[in-house]
Amino acid sequence: MNARPGPSLLSGYYFGLIALLYLPIGVLFLFSINTNTSLSFPLQGLTLEWYQKLLDSEAVLRSARNSLIVAAGSSFAATALGTMVALLAVRYQFRSKGLLILLAVLPLIVPFIVLGVALLLLFRALQVELSLWTIGIAHTVVALPYTLLIVVARLAGFDPNLEEAAMDLGANYPTTLRRIILPIIFPAMVSAWLTAFTVSFDEFALALFLAGTEPTFPVYLFSQLRFANRLPIMVALAVLLMIGTLTLVVIAERLRRTE
Amino acid sequence: MDSPLLPAPRQRCRGAGEQERTVLFDRRATFWILYLPPLLWLGLFFIAPLVLMAAFSFRADMRGALLQWWTPTLQQYAAMLETPGYWRLLGISAVLALIIATSAVALAYPVAYFLAFRAGRRAGFYLVLLLVPFWTSYLLRVMAWKIMLGSEGVLNSFLLYTGLIREPLGALLYNRTAVVITLIYVWIPFAALPILAALQRIDLALFEAAFDLGATPLRRFLRVTLPLSLPGVLAAFFMVFIPTVGEYVTPLLVGGSRGSLYGNIIQDFFTKAANWPFGSALSMVMLAATLLLVALAARLVDVRRLIE
Repeated sequence: MNARPGPSLLSGYYFGLIALLYLPIGVLFLFSINTNTSLSFPLQGLTLEWYQKLLDSEAVLRSARNSLIVAAGSSFAATALGTMVALLAVRYQFRSKGLLILLAVLPLIVPFIVLGVALLLLFRALQVELSLWTIGIAHTVVALPYTLLIVVARLAGFDPNLEEAAMDLGANYPTTLRRIILPIIFPAMVSAWLTAFTVSFDEFALALFLAGTEPTFPVYLFSQLRFANRLPIMVALAVLLMIGTLTLVVIAERLRRTE
Repeated sequence: MDSPLLPAPRQRCRGAGEQERTVLFDRRATFWILYLPPLLWLGLFFIAPLVLMAAFSFRADMRGALLQWWTPTLQQYAAMLETPGYWRLLGISAVLALIIATSAVALAYPVAYFLAFRAGRRAGFYLVLLLVPFWTSYLLRVMAWKIMLGSEGVLNSFLLYTGLIREPLGALLYNRTAVVITLIYVWIPFAALPILAALQRIDLALFEAAFDLGATPLRRFLRVTLPLSLPGVLAAFFMVFIPTVGEYVTPLLVGGSRGSLYGNIIQDFFTKAANWPFGSALSMVMLAATLLLVALAARLVDVRRLIE
């Protein structure tokens, strides 16, 4: 009744919107292979010069490396912490459970600018030097709700009897956790890690407040935006990063579907 | 203090007493291992900074060390009350966020509907296609709009090229309209996700029932599909609204001086103006407003159903 094939108003709308969504991205891509540093039509000529310059620009690559480090580390921590809360939420009964879950989900509804300045205040008060660490800590907090929700979904879907069986057969709880529960939720943990990674990798609003002398890619990009002649190089890197992110996301989606 | 309880009393075959005790011990020890790290992490890096900021908003000035005793004063809030400009900007930010969130949700709804009911086997591919723009660098998507709308930008040079206009339109960039257009664009794919999740949960038998009872497609949509997808619509609305109220990056890039929002003055007081107590008071007002709004919405819909 519903699977009406062929073109319809709805599919027309979908493809129209997709075209609109891709237009600015297409413009960016053109920008990265355009000879001019300003994009006006008709185009003057095409070049790969910006990609070449990108490989020679140490600062740009360094900022991308910093982003990779922060994203990898913070998503690892966020996945570990999210899994812990998920286990408590699904497998334990205790009085402060509702409060703990609320606490872990709350970062979703605190505007980033508020959390950013609050963390800046804390780090300054404790005289902690701003660095990649401080950015990573903030990213762990904001990624935690995502990792929690992803792992909870997986945990809630599997039969607690499996655990009980393992323990009846003489396994203690840590062994059961390691041998039974973790393997079952592992795909969800990888998917949570990748989600947290993408959240952190592109995050700017928090990072701008918490960056020390080493910028992440978005922070560096922001500092370069006022130099028109640097823009094509940044866009070239962004095109490469987009391809990288896309690969990660496709992998995450595949893993999430592995039921 | 909290103590973990076993889900249900279990029967064991051999050495029940002995084994029960070790299992209980294991579970209790494991409980603390699972409980303390997230609690400490969130306490130190989420609650503590917010509490410190709250305390800072009752401080008179920046003199002295950051961590020291100070006599609480309401003077920052009083100063804020005296300046209607801040409240106006908070109001404008809230209204713009409302417009942006509503538009993004309205534009995303048909897409989610298409993916849920009409896309068929290729729905997964179409979903990824929709999300790719969302995974592109946020700053660069905003920059892309600057390139699109600028006076030497794509839109202007295209209109000049086709001869529709004689000289570039200057009013496209550096105002609040540019901020609104850019943010709607940024949020559409994201807004589609919770709506899609809600639509996918609808039991298709309900459609048949509506059909059998003689409902027209429009009536079926208004009486069955739309009400059942409302939790997803609300979730999508808030997932766009909350980050947008506090937005300061997009106004910086495409808004110019005429397009700044409440988030921008918070940023200014923590950077250029370096008046952290006043910035803290501004932040606290925004935080309180956001939490209040979410709490109200949570009363309207069952939040647990959204999380599932």
